[in-house]
Amino acid sequence: MANIFGLEAPLSKMAISNAHGEDSPYFAGWKAYNEDPYDAKKNPSGVIQMGLAENQVSFDLLENYLEEHPEAYSWSSGPSSFRENALFQDYHGLQSFRKAIAGFMEKIRSHRAKFDPERIVLTAGATAANELLTFILADPGDALLVPTPYYPGFDRDLQWRTRVSIVPIPCHSTNSFQLTLQSLETAYADAEASNLRVKALLITNPSNPLGISSPRTLLEDILDFISKKNIHLISDEIYSGSVFDATDFVSIAEIAEERSHISSEKIHIVYSLSKDLGLPGFRVGALYSYNDRVVKTARRMSSFSLVSSQTQKTLSFMLSDEEFSLKFIETNRMRLKERHSCVVKELRDSGIECLKGNAGLFCWVNLGEFLEKKNREEELKLWKVILDEVKLNISPGSSCHCSEAGWFRVCFANMSKETLEVALRRLREFSEKIRGRRRSPNGEICT
Amino acid sequence: MRIIVPLQGIVQGRGGLILGSLIPCALLYFLQFYLKRNRSSPPPHSPSESSANLPELAEIPRSTSRSTLSTRGSLRPVPVSSRAIAISKSRDSAYYTGLKKSLEDPYHPTYNPDGIIQLGLAENQLSLDIIGDWITANLQKSLLGEMRGDLNIRGLATYEPFDGLWDLKVAMAGFMSQIMGGSVSFNPAQIILTAGATPAVEALSFCLADPGNAFLVPSPYYPGFDRDIKLRTGVELIPVQCRSSNKFNLSIAALEREYKQAKKRGIKVRAVLFTNPSNPVGGLMHRETLYDLLNFVTEKNLHLISDEVYAGSIYGTEEFVSIAELLDTEDFDKNRVHIIYGLSKDLSLPGFRVGVIYSYNENVIAAASKLARFCAISLPTQCLLVSMLSDTKFIEEYIKANRERLGKMYALFTEGLKQLDIECCKSSGGFYCWADMSKFLQSYGVKGELELWENILNVAKVNITPGSSCHCIEPGWFRCCFTTLTESDIPLVMKRFSKVLKGHKAS
Repeated sequence: MANIFGLEAPLSKMAISNAHGEDSPYFAGWKAYNEDPYDAKKNPSGVIQMGLAENQVSFDLLENYLEEHPEAYSWSSGPSSFRENALFQDYHGLQSFRKAIAGFMEKIRSHRAKFDPERIVLTAGATAANELLTFILADPGDALLVPTPYYPGFDRDLQWRTRVSIVPIPCHSTNSFQLTLQSLETAYADAEASNLRVKALLITNPSNPLGISSPRTLLEDILDFISKKNIHLISDEIYSGSVFDATDFVSIAEIAEERSHISSEKIHIVYSLSKDLGLPGFRVGALYSYNDRVVKTARRMSSFSLVSSQTQKTLSFMLSDEEFSLKFIETNRMRLKERHSCVVKELRDSGIECLKGNAGLFCWVNLGEFLEKKNREEELKLWKVILDEVKLNISPGSSCHCSEAGWFRVCFANMSKETLEVALRRLREFSEKIRGRRRSPNGEICT
Repeated sequence: MRIIVPLQGIVQGRGGLILGSLIPCALLYFLQFYLKRNRSSPPPHSPSESSANLPELAEIPRSTSRSTLSTRGSLRPVPVSSRAIAISKSRDSAYYTGLKKSLEDPYHPTYNPDGIIQLGLAENQLSLDIIGDWITANLQKSLLGEMRGDLNIRGLATYEPFDGLWDLKVAMAGFMSQIMGGSVSFNPAQIILTAGATPAVEALSFCLADPGNAFLVPSPYYPGFDRDIKLRTGVELIPVQCRSSNKFNLSIAALEREYKQAKKRGIKVRAVLFTNPSNPVGGLMHRETLYDLLNFVTEKNLHLISDEVYAGSIYGTEEFVSIAELLDTEDFDKNRVHIIYGLSKDLSLPGFRVGVIYSYNENVIAAASKLARFCAISLPTQCLLVSMLSDTKFIEEYIKANRERLGKMYALFTEGLKQLDIECCKSSGGFYCWADMSKFLQSYGVKGELELWENILNVAKVNITPGSSCHCIEPGWFRCCFTTLTESDIPLVMKRFSKVLKGHKAS
């Protein structure tokens, strides 16, 4: 019987809204790449993906480990081990895996903080952890403070299903886009004036897209602020393993331990193995909270995004290997540092300024001088030119809600060294073209 | 401890002597009371905390290093959302309590022969050995080889789609067709893969309804729906009661009645959600009823969600008919139909987290594919399954063997219950039987049912699920899962039952 009224069963407001944020250039660039991807042999003039903050520099270490240790991924200790693993859907997660993650997080922080495995809640990726925390800490209509520029995915992860709003805290190049107590206070007051109930502050440390970690004094100021306002703090530390110099990074965990239990109950950390281990496809995220109620609640809610027991088993094995984990962290850090230095130098030689960063899989680059006018439209025009003509997908600052036009995030860790050299060469040629300069064709870039 | 107390008026002499002494005393009293409340004592242990199929660990001990009070900052406990409060305070049903208790004292033939026998968990352990054997024979090739290829080509070099690898969608479409009897084919492009059927149902609910809207759900229904659907979406579930007199089959008249009632109460119904094969009854929906359902939702302009997670777990002579079959042959508006599937039941892999949203509605597919980012399937698991599901010969053997084992266990178990004078509603699918123990109730009602349930749990040491947890309107029905047992366990289970039932015969 056909639908004689021609009526379509309606969908929810959420389904038809575009709060998923995927219409932004951040995601559009990926589409362009997918349609014309660079390949050294098959498509040397294709688009090089520099808009994806993924870490490929240490994949060989993982590959070698798994080849040498098939016990990691096979159920070799008998049929009962497979049976147990196949049936394991406990939202507490494998204890050995939580222990391994806690240990890994401690190593990254050179043991300056301790992590209790019982406070770790596993989720299928940091994306799920951020959304989960938002569901737990805020009601529909409430707000989260987030310093700009920030990871474009937050618009979707924190707002879409939760119906919570982000109140951006604009940061400026005059002080390297660092968050200040003043701007925090102002943003909070503005939110209150608009009748928005702020429930938490979310910081990313080290920052995406800036590639800088927060100094201790700032973190202490932040803790005083959230204490005073009685709001939560979410510290997204998914890039903590990519700080080039281990002593540079101060995690909120280090300061939380110094504070009273009441203050620390407002602190929650998000972690993931996607960036530091370079395994985004494995979907491993973790939420660490000093608040018992939040841990309990998050655990139950994690039923909507559990990590495959097979993956938990494999990574638990690997990360419990103390020698391997340490070696991996150190090697990974060193390789990222090398790449970063190389990129910064090459960009400088091309006359392009980078924000001085100490972490991350990307550089925050100032292309403002290439803009006719310093505004969003011109920035997007430049982005399109770089995508279509230079064949590089880099992320425009406006998609990160940057308050100043002309800044771009350029990722360098998601490709081989050779591809990176090609990309940097293209960027240099573009820069020279715009400046009208010529360059000798035989110069080596990164050795 | 610095305290700022508004005593300005009193200090300045306004307010008189009485107030001058009363107010500071009162303030001091409240302050002491407040400080006492916030000193580090662990929160009261919630006895009802659990989640479907999941054990509860010991309470988290508070770290003593953080028990000293700070001189700076607020003393107020920081608030959490109302959703968080609801989940913390929710008085869990017998379903969850029973699961929890059995995990604390699990039966083992040698190590704990007096432990609780778990019949409340719909997990199939009867055919895991078959899957285990396949893994042993095929793992190396399927995992590392595929994984390396996939990781280099797909996982890292390009943006990996959150809603699943295309190869897995293709394999899943083929598998769904095979396991449902081969009479209908599925299109991989209509598949969204998720980390289990739990997030699949939730994500679909987010797409089809706004907070405050409702789904009509034939009852008794799977207790997990109450959590999975209501918790974060804000969607309500309205039970549509099915009766033993009608073998717990859905009556369209009852559906109509509930729809009209909802309308009267000003509630917007957006969909009908049904499970087929049904849980907890285990019945298969007749083709005619499916047809009537399609008519109903068309007429009322609703969506239809068919949860078919047990589609491959049938054992009777009746054949399973997916809603997809009707859409193939009949001329209905497909845009309103959505299917939930997963591998937790039919392939006994709940730990691997593999679920499916199958929709004919391209807007739903577009929205759901973006929602998959919150619940994507782990890559190594996807790689493993591409191999396994594509091995159609193995799947064929598995289906045949699993059906036989399920059927055998069902027959033995229900026969055992029959000897105890307990009749079951005829089931053709699922991992459980739906048993009528109403004649053993001391009082005919929910109270009597829960008393019997508690006795069976605490005295007979068997965990089964009372019908009230499943929103069954007739007291005395219980869901008993038999797929975690071996044949030799059955006499023991029956013996345990009889211990309690003897003393429970209604006068």
